[in-house]
Amino acid sequence: MIAMTRRSWLAAVGLAPLAATAAENPKSQQRTFQNIPPRELLRLRHFPNSELVTHQGKKVRFYDDLIKGRKVVINFMYAKCEGICVPVTANLVKVQKILKGRVGRDIFMYSITLKPEEDTPEVLNKYARTFHVGPGWLFLTGKPGDIEVLRRKLGFVYADPIEDADKSNHIGMLRFGNEMFARWAACPGQAHADWIAISILSEVDGPTRTAAKQTTRNGSLAAKENGK
Amino acid sequence: MYFNIFGYKLSRRRWKEALSAQKNRQELITAGLGRRELFKLGLLTSGGYLVAQSGLSAWADGCGPGVCQLGCSPPTTPFIDPLTIVPILPERQLTDPGFATPPSVCPNNAINPATQLPFEGRGQFNGVLRPGTDCFQFFNQFPPQKFFIERMRQNTNFRITSDPNIAPQTIWGFNQGGIDPTTDPAIFPGPTIVTRYQTPMVVRRFNELPSGAPAGGFGVPETSTHLHNFHSGPESDGGPCRWFFSGQYFDYYHTMQQAGFSFDFPPTGDVNETLSTLWYHDHRVDHTAENVYKGLAGFHLIFNQFDTGDETTGFHLPSFPQFDIPLFLADKLIDPGSGQICFDTFGFDGLVGDKFLVNGKIQPFFEVQKRRYRFRVLDGGPSRFYQFFLTNPDNPGQSIPFWQIANDGNLLPTPIQVTSARIGVAERVDVIIDFNQIAQAFGATRLWLENRLEQVNGRAPTGKILPAGQIQNALVEFRITGNPVADGSVDPATGPQFYNLPSTTPTPRITRNFKFERSNGQWAINGQFMDCNVIRFTVQRNSVEKWVLQNSSGGWQHPIHIHFEEFQLLSIDGQPPPSSPLVQTGRKDVIRLEFGTTAELFFRFRDFRNDYPMHCHNTVHEDHAMMLLWQIQDVGDNNIEP
Repeated sequence: MIAMTRRSWLAAVGLAPLAATAAENPKSQQRTFQNIPPRELLRLRHFPNSELVTHQGKKVRFYDDLIKGRKVVINFMYAKCEGICVPVTANLVKVQKILKGRVGRDIFMYSITLKPEEDTPEVLNKYARTFHVGPGWLFLTGKPGDIEVLRRKLGFVYADPIEDADKSNHIGMLRFGNEMFARWAACPGQAHADWIAISILSEVDGPTRTAAKQTTRNGSLAAKENGK
Repeated sequence: MYFNIFGYKLSRRRWKEALSAQKNRQELITAGLGRRELFKLGLLTSGGYLVAQSGLSAWADGCGPGVCQLGCSPPTTPFIDPLTIVPILPERQLTDPGFATPPSVCPNNAINPATQLPFEGRGQFNGVLRPGTDCFQFFNQFPPQKFFIERMRQNTNFRITSDPNIAPQTIWGFNQGGIDPTTDPAIFPGPTIVTRYQTPMVVRRFNELPSGAPAGGFGVPETSTHLHNFHSGPESDGGPCRWFFSGQYFDYYHTMQQAGFSFDFPPTGDVNETLSTLWYHDHRVDHTAENVYKGLAGFHLIFNQFDTGDETTGFHLPSFPQFDIPLFLADKLIDPGSGQICFDTFGFDGLVGDKFLVNGKIQPFFEVQKRRYRFRVLDGGPSRFYQFFLTNPDNPGQSIPFWQIANDGNLLPTPIQVTSARIGVAERVDVIIDFNQIAQAFGATRLWLENRLEQVNGRAPTGKILPAGQIQNALVEFRITGNPVADGSVDPATGPQFYNLPSTTPTPRITRNFKFERSNGQWAINGQFMDCNVIRFTVQRNSVEKWVLQNSSGGWQHPIHIHFEEFQLLSIDGQPPPSSPLVQTGRKDVIRLEFGTTAELFFRFRDFRNDYPMHCHNTVHEDHAMMLLWQIQDVGDNNIEP
């Protein structure tokens, strides 16, 4: 479990000198403003480096191995969930197919369990096989405390603690983005698979694409839009 | 288990300490202690931080650098900056270098070799070019007569206050169309666009926003500029799916005719459909909240032969710009480390800020003369509902009336006297405040425009009306100066008549039903989610429809905006719309769906064809798919639950 004091947190951010300036040097007339670069800011806010285990039994670090420099899609689920998880997972299987060879090559999908106590790597592996998920899509478990921190930091949390405690009512959104460009969006996991795929590409390719390239690359998607 | 804002686990002791620190800070604020008082009490360092004393430390509750949370913004001093009067966007000639290729009916989709993108972004749908689409409707019938340019750019030195606690801001905004950023920087709010009915116009917008990871970790340099409330074709409406890239421009053409011009009120439309207070803002699907919050929004005002901008003519409303002032309300959070406006792109519920900006300044003051003024008040979002009152801070018990003359962009048939007005995101009200009368009747020398509606999260206001006279709730301080001056504007108490409301007696061709819902944290309309590639229903052009909107989302409130056409409220929760204490009559383009509300809306859809959105204007909900697309075509469908 990560327990942080203000000082150790500031040290971690590399801002310990600022703490001194603000608290112990009241004579300074003008405040020293400390800008955290955007990627670093989002890492601090949202991406702990917790140790997780994949459905293939491999140990990974969340930020270093899964997020840093990557284009990713993230959601939460659990294997025995009878509500929203099945339609969302089935939908994501369609999304993975629409994205063709890109998942595993330069786009990565992560489904994180909400019940790490029961979802061992073996259970998640079986779940992944049941849905015929392709390569580049990891199901992740870990220590319950780490998973809880991760869920909160990724924003999959209700403000109302009673609502938040009901796992069958968990947030069914997908979070996707391009870490290199500090660019993130979210959409409902039950949106149309075609639209989810377009939205993901819009985020992950947006910073570098041109409309001309886009037409070729997503020829099939573009054709669909034109066909309307 | 207890958690701080970063999701880290806290011991119960530290959690209690954090909670009490937060309470202490709140009490200081509630006590109305400004910076000077705190400094005198030895509770504030000159650097602006509360002293690091156990139970009071500014950061003990987790409000460290990088934290973007209600209650964490650094303290600021109210009323130290004058209200900004936003510049009016200058007209440009077609000889301007920005018009090297003049506006044309169909988009200029030739490829720019420098960017590999089409020069113009019009004709793209969700970033993909659809050749041959989005030519302007009615362009040849109403050729443009006025031309404007705006450039969307970053400005790294924008001041929201002269308080040294707050850094110069890095914003994205619109400039006044010039090339040189030193003489013509991007500003927030963007330049006020002022146009007249029956004078067709084009505004060319260049997207020149920086690429790469954005400062503060929010903002996406792809934009679509919506003219909120105008009767425009979808190709000029700035809808969610018609965004364009940095390196492109986009021509927005507006006929400047009233609705009905091609149908039952030829050739220029029904004067009773006249609009006055509009605004423009970014509408990029999935990213509207962060982009508007970063500064991509401004006012667009329209005058005509009645609402002239000159108090000696027409309806005799206070003269623009001296006595007719747009007020852009925006609540913000500030990162205590960087002193910069911050935004959490990972939040689903909505963002409410603890700093009130009016026309881009934190709690400004405005010196007014003893006469009548027209203020056009806009809730610029992202999520907050306001209910504003006039407070005499020297005698907060007084209940001070003013006149509401418009609801959203539309003048009411006649002024209504009120003591408060409530607005959700994107709603506007125009009010007349008579400072001479108020000075005489209440002995006031200053007045606050004060928001007294309590709201602590993005879900909804609590419903509680806070006590009057709390300095942190003040939006603007009006300072009443001098002797009474000549006032050529109409006295609202004499009951002047403005436009009539168009009749709502025609029988609707169809009644459609919409439920605004939430399940598993996903926003939905009739169980479905936003998809740029799905048009949910088709309205018959030149027909009348009734829409029934219902909030079935539990403890949430949603300001729902329908593009293209204002509605008239037929009923709200089974009752005719009230005009007291809050005015819900008139024509509107946003309906506030408060807890469990059902509203029946009457529409006429005339003139234009093709697709528009309807969406929640809590922009964070909007960005999470609480939106649908519909269209107008010559043959409509009969989908009653689309």
